[in-house]
Amino acid sequence: MKIGVPKETYAGEKRVATTPEVIKWLQKLGYSVAVESGAGTEANFTDEAYSEAGAEVISDTKSLWDSSDIIFKVRAPDDNEVELLHDGQTLISFLWPAQNEDLMKKLSAKKVNILAMDSVPRISRAQKMDALSSMANIAGYRAIVEASHNFGRFFTGQITAAGKVPPAKVLVIGAGVAGLAAIGAANSLGAIVRSFDTRPEVKEQVESMGADFLLLEFEEDGSGEGGYAKTMSDEFIAAEMALFAEQAKEVDIIVTTALIPGRPAPKLITADMVKSMKNGSVIVDLAAEQGGNCDLTVPHELSVTDNGVTIIGYSDLPSRLPNQSSQLYATNLRHLLTDMTPEKDGEMTIDFEDEAVRGATVIKAGEITWPPPAPKLSAAPAKPAEAPAVIEKPEPKKAGPIKQMMPVIIGALVLAGLGSVAPASFMTHFTVFVLSCFVGYMVIWNVSASLHTPLMSVTNAVSSIIVIGALVQISSSDNLLVGLAAFGILITSINIAGGFAVTKRMLDMFRK
Amino acid sequence: MSEGLVTAAYIGAIVLFILTLGGLSHQESARKGNVYGIIGMTLAILATVFGPEVSSNLHIIIITMLVGGTIGIILAKKVEMTQMPELVAILHSLVGLAAVLVGYVNFMGESSLLGVEKTIHEIEIYVGVLIGAVTFSGSVIAFGKLSGKIGGNPLMLPARHWLNLGLLVASIYFCYDFVHQGHIDGGNAIVPLMIMTGIALLFGIHMVMAIGGADMPVVVSMLNSYSGWAASATGFMLGNDLLIVVGALVGSSGAILSYIMCRAMNRNFISVIAGGFGTDTGGGSSDGEIVDQGEVVPIDTDEVAALLTDAKEVMIIPGYGMAVAQAQHTVNEITKVLRDKKINVRFGIHPVAGRMPGHMNVLLAEARVPYDVVFEMDEINDDFPDIDVSIIIGANDIVNPSAQDDPNSPIAGMPVMECWKGNTTIVLKRGMATGYAGVQNPLFFKENTRMYFGDAKESLDAVLKVITSG
Repeated sequence: MKIGVPKETYAGEKRVATTPEVIKWLQKLGYSVAVESGAGTEANFTDEAYSEAGAEVISDTKSLWDSSDIIFKVRAPDDNEVELLHDGQTLISFLWPAQNEDLMKKLSAKKVNILAMDSVPRISRAQKMDALSSMANIAGYRAIVEASHNFGRFFTGQITAAGKVPPAKVLVIGAGVAGLAAIGAANSLGAIVRSFDTRPEVKEQVESMGADFLLLEFEEDGSGEGGYAKTMSDEFIAAEMALFAEQAKEVDIIVTTALIPGRPAPKLITADMVKSMKNGSVIVDLAAEQGGNCDLTVPHELSVTDNGVTIIGYSDLPSRLPNQSSQLYATNLRHLLTDMTPEKDGEMTIDFEDEAVRGATVIKAGEITWPPPAPKLSAAPAKPAEAPAVIEKPEPKKAGPIKQMMPVIIGALVLAGLGSVAPASFMTHFTVFVLSCFVGYMVIWNVSASLHTPLMSVTNAVSSIIVIGALVQISSSDNLLVGLAAFGILITSINIAGGFAVTKRMLDMFRK
Repeated sequence: MSEGLVTAAYIGAIVLFILTLGGLSHQESARKGNVYGIIGMTLAILATVFGPEVSSNLHIIIITMLVGGTIGIILAKKVEMTQMPELVAILHSLVGLAAVLVGYVNFMGESSLLGVEKTIHEIEIYVGVLIGAVTFSGSVIAFGKLSGKIGGNPLMLPARHWLNLGLLVASIYFCYDFVHQGHIDGGNAIVPLMIMTGIALLFGIHMVMAIGGADMPVVVSMLNSYSGWAASATGFMLGNDLLIVVGALVGSSGAILSYIMCRAMNRNFISVIAGGFGTDTGGGSSDGEIVDQGEVVPIDTDEVAALLTDAKEVMIIPGYGMAVAQAQHTVNEITKVLRDKKINVRFGIHPVAGRMPGHMNVLLAEARVPYDVVFEMDEINDDFPDIDVSIIIGANDIVNPSAQDDPNSPIAGMPVMECWKGNTTIVLKRGMATGYAGVQNPLFFKENTRMYFGDAKESLDAVLKVITSG
């Protein structure tokens, strides 16, 4: 089958859906690839590079669409492109079916297959084709670069001959993929980074990227399905807003990445908060396209408030790193296609048994198949089909009080039985014995694991105290007994000397 | 020396032995603990020799102790650290043998006891000899297994549990017979005693033969415990509190060590003793040859070196293979070079890595790896997500993810080092053989695992050469 990669038509879109490197992989899967002339120019991939990689470069858009079985795109198709689609063709691109109902209707009028990269389910196995994550990663990084570009100071603190430079303070709201990428980038520039998220379980991830996690004195878990956040209660939001208001006065940069799937972005930074920020501060609103997390965000634009706060509402951050984002996006596409080409023979199949493919397919042969049934597990093990669900071990039944007491009762009976027949001298020895067992237990219980071997060799040496038994019998008058006792002394002496010496040798080797 | 002085000396020795064990539980006080032990032992022996019970044959004592001591010291100096488990096992057998001898001598000597006291004394002798004989034959077999003279696979006799039960019943019967014969005139009590000794020896052999190589750490510490109980039983027999106390100390400490080992392997102590580890696969997906495990990705020396030098966090997980290949010194050299490059190299030690408890720690200490970079599994298992490269040196079962994923696996539930959560795992291995537990390891087929085939020492030497020149 033939894959066609047209030039993106959306204004300002610099990305391209495949790269020369990925083309080689696609060919290994058995596909031939055609690229529209100039498709990769903005992302620094020349037509020559594509043809060197074995792709056919076609300058006429219509013939490219006509001759291809599969179309790779970045942005959702515009009206012209919908017209160009022909029966039986497959289109793979971002689509946002929830927001683009009209487009879905138009597309379903044709007998085509549409796979939306934004609908790939968030399961572990599908991570390699999760274009949202790879784009979010780039957006988060670029957000910091944009912020730094518009911020009049260093990010890192320095003490120079010309005076002290305080480090920039960055607040990242929402610690998803984009948030974490922003934290990482800001941290490596040297800024002091803090982060807030409604999902407490991301605390560790935030801290691993080098930021402080801001905690609310409030018990509510914001984890929704598929690793996304959900809407929180009013009390929680009030507490959260108070925290942001306080932080806004202090920090220099705010990056907001708060999105709830299928809903307008929550308003987190009010006009008052922006007013309280220092002159020269920067807000980067990664949720601008969904309405923005900040009241004053102008979507797609950069604006400056009266008090000198720059608010960046760009919605094309991935496209501002076109080479990088094209590479990652192309690789995501390739992984998806690999899943759809099990025989590696260049023949694509849409298999609804495959959860990732099922999730991504929004239209199959003209029929709308969106939304897909909910994915079964949000973090399924690598091979859900192969690994049977872990069998829940039945909770061990709590033993009844009688059963629990049994050992005690038996012990008491045995002791009583022993005490009733045994002579006093034996019981004295027995007391000593039992006490010693407990002393041994107390002394040894906390032994450090690295000392197990020396401990064992020293207890081995100590247990040759049995030599006393042989010693007290050496003075017997019977020669046989003397001989046996002497042999006993001989072998225990080996043990005593050997045990202690080898312990010493081992211990001498341990050093700090 | 009067009786009272001897007892006083014994009390001093007991205190010293308790301090010995206490000292040995911590790194800082361990050396002092060993010295306490030596002093305690010397004190106990001198007090006995100069006490009222030893009246003649002093020259025999001196000669045998000198000869024995010399042999012991030579053994201790000569032993390779990798052979430590064998040495400990064979030394245990000596204690067992001594207990048997002392029991026989005590039985054959005159006794003035009568009635219940006599019965109890005879039972004490019987039990002392029994435990001693089991310890002896069990330790000899353990030595054979550890040194490779006997195959490591568990010997599975049919109906082995019935066999054990039969041996137990027989020894109880002969105990009765032994006591009975001792009380009637003309009774020949030594016959049942000897038969029982034979049974006990058989029992010891059978018990250890049935235990697989992977459970060896438990066996070694269990035999350690037995040798203590044997000493304690001898103490009862002789009415000697010193023996009772010290035997009980050693016995309980060995039992606790065995328990710790069992917990580390998530194994039931009884089932270890009963044997058969790794033979009941429980059917299902845990059979050796799972279809479509995926492919292993081999790696060459230069790539290993590059991975190591590019990493920030490196974790080394040694196993028995490192001991076999004697690779600990090379490992230390690599660690030094990497640490000089500001790479944080740490060691993760699984509690049952190797063939005896603490085996890996001793080897690393021998190679002079500083012990503050050596961590226990529980301390570092949570750090794996931050680890760039984990190197597995000759370990298998302790890094097997199926212990967590596959409820049918024979090692299901055993705590394992979660190295697969790190970025890259390099596995050093001779070939694709399974570990001692005989279980296939899905780790080798994971996407982020690289297999580096070859002898651990040779491979690491090659890596060392590349990273020092580069």
